[in-house]
Amino acid sequence: MILDAKSCVSTEKNMSSSVYIAGLGVISAIGNDVAEHLAAFEQEKAGMSDITMLNTIHHGELPVAEVKLSNDELAAITGLPANIGRTALLSAVAAKEALTDADIPNLDSLRTGFVSANSVGGMDKSEDFFIDFLKDNSKGKLRNVFDHECGSMTELVADQLGITDYMTTISTACSSSANAIFYAARLIKNDVLDVVIAGGADALTKFTLNGFNTLMILDKEFCKPFDEHREGLNLGEGAGYLVLVSDKVAATLKKPVYCKLSGYNNSNDAYHQTASSPDGTGSFLAMSGALQKSGLKPADIDYINLHGTGTPNNDSAEGTAIKRIFDPEYPPMSSTKSFTGHTLGASGGIEAVFSALAIKQRIIYPNLRFETRMNELPFEPEKHYLADQDINHVMSNSFGFGGNCTSLIFSRI
Amino acid sequence: MKAYIRSSSCISPQKTFRNDAFLTYIVEYNGTRLSAIEPDYKEFIDPKQIRRMSHVIKMGVAAARDCLNKADTEMPGAIITGTALGCLEDTVTFLTRVIELEEEMLPPTAFIQSTHNTVAAQIALMLQCHQYNNTFVHKGISFESAVLDALMLLSEGDADNILVGGIEEMVDASFKILTRLGLYKRWPVSNLSLLSTASSGTMGGEGAVFFLLSDKPSASNMAELTDIQTLYKPKDIAADITTFLGRNSLKINDIDLVIIGKNGDTRNDEVYKRLGESAFKNSSIANYKHLCGEYPTSSAFALWLAANIVKKGVVPTIVAEKGKNNSAPKRILIYNHYQNKYHSLILVSAI
Repeated sequence: MILDAKSCVSTEKNMSSSVYIAGLGVISAIGNDVAEHLAAFEQEKAGMSDITMLNTIHHGELPVAEVKLSNDELAAITGLPANIGRTALLSAVAAKEALTDADIPNLDSLRTGFVSANSVGGMDKSEDFFIDFLKDNSKGKLRNVFDHECGSMTELVADQLGITDYMTTISTACSSSANAIFYAARLIKNDVLDVVIAGGADALTKFTLNGFNTLMILDKEFCKPFDEHREGLNLGEGAGYLVLVSDKVAATLKKPVYCKLSGYNNSNDAYHQTASSPDGTGSFLAMSGALQKSGLKPADIDYINLHGTGTPNNDSAEGTAIKRIFDPEYPPMSSTKSFTGHTLGASGGIEAVFSALAIKQRIIYPNLRFETRMNELPFEPEKHYLADQDINHVMSNSFGFGGNCTSLIFSRI
Repeated sequence: MKAYIRSSSCISPQKTFRNDAFLTYIVEYNGTRLSAIEPDYKEFIDPKQIRRMSHVIKMGVAAARDCLNKADTEMPGAIITGTALGCLEDTVTFLTRVIELEEEMLPPTAFIQSTHNTVAAQIALMLQCHQYNNTFVHKGISFESAVLDALMLLSEGDADNILVGGIEEMVDASFKILTRLGLYKRWPVSNLSLLSTASSGTMGGEGAVFFLLSDKPSASNMAELTDIQTLYKPKDIAADITTFLGRNSLKINDIDLVIIGKNGDTRNDEVYKRLGESAFKNSSIANYKHLCGEYPTSSAFALWLAANIVKKGVVPTIVAEKGKNNSAPKRILIYNHYQNKYHSLILVSAI
């Protein structure tokens, strides 16, 4: 579908049989790059704390997992202006790290795309704008509302990275960036693009913090995913991107790829706008669909990076779906949201980075603060950081509002 | 990658919804904003839910259901929407309350329905459709991204009967902000003279247009969606159009009708004017934005127009700009751009 000097006009199908992960980039409350994340996991150091950046009345009452850099600091790192949406700033940090990490020879000659996800675009700036706008519709600094759209976040970063061949934005609530990775892989498989930076970003905003607060699913303590006494989630912020490449591009790389994306599925729970069905229909369909796509059996999965938000509803539905698929042999699993908080539209991208790293580094991440097994489940998440693990296939789950459920499977090659 | 359009349903500022007459009676608007004509939703949505649903959700769900009904299909194989701004009404409601109530005692409903995937999700919920469900939110190519996703799903053999929609709502707040940003004209105009009053700004619009796409040929299909292409800040659009047609073994002279995105704003229309004097010099031209207004997913309205033109074999007088070849076009090129950044080409053929 992309048309420029780089694309050869051909009627022949040139489908890439596999899609490889060549680069990773991540920023969240536990670190500003991949190396800092690996260190935080090993030290079992969570990223939640009192609110310091966000201007809200919930300060001191609701813990969040903030990236510990101001907009000015993020701007200095990325070269972007500091007055744009924080989501774009976070996005640029991780996308740049991923692209640098991939170090693709002759990138300029390849059809390159940027497929990014987020949930509320430049809402942080729109909040500032609306304070004045509500008092008087002729007031409010237009600069602050100019980049309100989700697509603006993607465009700002694509411009910064010099990507013009293709870009788009996906927004399916908390499964957004898993769907971005999924769509990007298919752009490569269908010979539309050779290289895609895919994932997502989301900054903390008053809009989302208050939204989740009205739903009464925010834990006032640090979250306890998959624990019988879990009380909700902690919101986080960040960005995570993978560089996906075709097999042709993979052959030209200077270092080994991390893994390949072997399975994916997007299914809908079709149960409720925000709540998951008790039997986890959507999650069951997403996980089993991804297994089917990859040609793997449940027993082949060596680690599950859970959606595991820490809300009573999600963990119960996800756990029930896992039981339906994996019983009686359960692979190790954990929710890294116990470190990063729930980063919403960024979570699928961030956790895809963790999944690829689990394969490359042969590690399993701990599910922090887990104490008591859930009554309805015959399994529990991994409590400790495990090194030297034999990990060939990792499943990553991302489920969102609107019943949007997506599972990805990454495999060692 | 191509697909057949089995059916289409369009809620717009014109009487396009469940109306066999094809743009024969035109609604005139004086101002700078065109609002979608809302149907009686009771036939499509449970009356208890109608009250809770925002404008864009109701439009989207009704157009989606009507589109399925027209193709006699109960369950789509996938649901994909494109919307640049998503659920603005609920977003503005919740944001206003966060500020005015100073973050205290907020009701959750507006937040719950504010996510961009709400329309696709509500369609899935209503149909109990567990299949693939996705939402694209990228400015002027949100709808095109959704179509590309659908074409890939068909090509991969992973789904058939894919419901694809372009949806957008205009609310008072967004209208005021976009007016301040200079998108619309500074004085009221009639949409019927919008395209002949060359000046700065256009008229805002909205709508919900859905299509059911399949890879199976059938005599009852409306049209073939032959190819689609998006371009970001193209340097030479004429050359890009030639290449696009070339990869479909076509030249511009093979195109019976070109539907363009002229919107009455001098800067916006400059490229159409230039092409009209060069590449499209001998082409029949049709316009559509004086009917639906300018909005980021308006190309869905253009696709609805093109599919109906090839199906019915008529070019409505109200859209025809020039050219003699306006009887029963077989090949239509849609060329639209949004704010000179995002350009798209869609090729539609008679089946």
